[in-house]
Amino acid sequence: MVLDVCSGSVHVVDDLSYDVIALFEEHSEDEIVKKLSDYDEADVRECISEVRELKEEGMLFTEDIYKDYIFNVKQRRTVVKALCLHIAHDCNLACKYCFAEEGEYKGHRAMMSAEIGKQALDFLVANSGNRVNLEVDLFGGEPLMNFGVIKEIVAYGRELEKHHNKKFRFTLTTNGVLLDEEVMEFANKEMANVVLSIDGRKEVHDYMRPTKNGKGSYDLILPKFKKFAELRGDKSYYVRGTFTRKNLDFCEDIKHMADCGFKNLSMEPVVGEDDTEYAIREEDLPVIFEQYDQLAKEMIKREKEGNGFTFFHYMIDLTGGPCVAKRLSGCGSGTEYLAVTPWGDLYPCHQFVGQEEFLLGNVYDGVKRMDIVNDFKACNVYTKEKCRKCFARFYCSGGCAANSYQFHGNLNDAYDVGCDLERKRVECALMIKAALAE
Amino acid sequence: MKHIKTLTTKTLKNTMKKGGCGECQTSCQSACKTSCTVGNQSCENK
Repeated sequence: MVLDVCSGSVHVVDDLSYDVIALFEEHSEDEIVKKLSDYDEADVRECISEVRELKEEGMLFTEDIYKDYIFNVKQRRTVVKALCLHIAHDCNLACKYCFAEEGEYKGHRAMMSAEIGKQALDFLVANSGNRVNLEVDLFGGEPLMNFGVIKEIVAYGRELEKHHNKKFRFTLTTNGVLLDEEVMEFANKEMANVVLSIDGRKEVHDYMRPTKNGKGSYDLILPKFKKFAELRGDKSYYVRGTFTRKNLDFCEDIKHMADCGFKNLSMEPVVGEDDTEYAIREEDLPVIFEQYDQLAKEMIKREKEGNGFTFFHYMIDLTGGPCVAKRLSGCGSGTEYLAVTPWGDLYPCHQFVGQEEFLLGNVYDGVKRMDIVNDFKACNVYTKEKCRKCFARFYCSGGCAANSYQFHGNLNDAYDVGCDLERKRVECALMIKAALAE
Repeated sequence: MKHIKTLTTKTLKNTMKKGGCGECQTSCQSACKTSCTVGNQSCENK
């Protein structure tokens, strides 16, 4: 398989074309024929012709012409199109790896009021320019600890849609503890997507995701998630887990979730400092890579058996997918995507909440720290040394700004372990596509 | 083609023509929250 990085073209190649492509740019046709004398000459010349055709069509040996384009992308006026509302800075679980420190985010427990939530939606509408689709993630802590306010915010959003040319896409991320029939019915009516947090096998989940009194939460939430996924029907949901150094055989956890009947899965590597017992270390990478390979093979097998499932990080749309402007501008944190605390402060994203040096403003006065916004706006794969030659740069778009800041103290670096994992996942995703195309 | 099978149907360069409408989903609104995965988002500029 060959990926032409700058066109995004993916080619399934035979041994001969693989060898021809390796020689094509540096050698004449006759030189290639001579070097590949083990192959039939007519075949080699035919293959060279195919490679030449693809190059002429801009699907092989494509030059990186986006360095100039990025200037225009970055000069554009950005608008806010997505908010992460911290509905509750409190949680009814005590997950050991929580970046939000059990919901408190380096601060104190707090619940968002309906007034702040409504003001956040007003802020979003006012700062979204001509964008029609606006996204609002109801996040925490555990947002269902403040369900009454969620209902008020969503109802207010629906009213705003009537008076402005906007469409709110609400999403909910929940640990499931408070998921009951009323919530399910509400979510199926109002939520474009729900993210359900579960880490896989019971012993894995219960170790990392205990309740406040130290008991496991698996038995409490699994039946609810099963019922909810069934009721979602065609509507989008993800069952999302986190894997850590404690379950490096995480492929078993993904298979377990698939065996439970869930169809849309995600499993994120934990991001933690090296001194924590659960953090992924560089030395763990070979084991993790093997697990990603195993997962890819399992997905191909199940797909062919008619029992497939999706894995968030292996989803690559080879016939559509995002435009290059999107791939260059990254996740949008600090510019298009902001987080709102329960008391209405604005931060570049949920992971920066509580870091006062990143406080941008609030939902009443708007963004006041344009210097910080401009720092985020300027971030791209060409300002990051590590990204310039990386084949995966148009898939991760330079990676997570919060990860970069956490590990290197600035936004223009990259979290190295995360990069290794991303490259592996892109490889696996493309491999699955190639295997299923055969 | 006999030796090469292309799986993609559009090139990134061609998306420069009408790209950048910004109507697409923000990546962290889906299922990441702790990484950055842009390449698997859908284009809404049909």
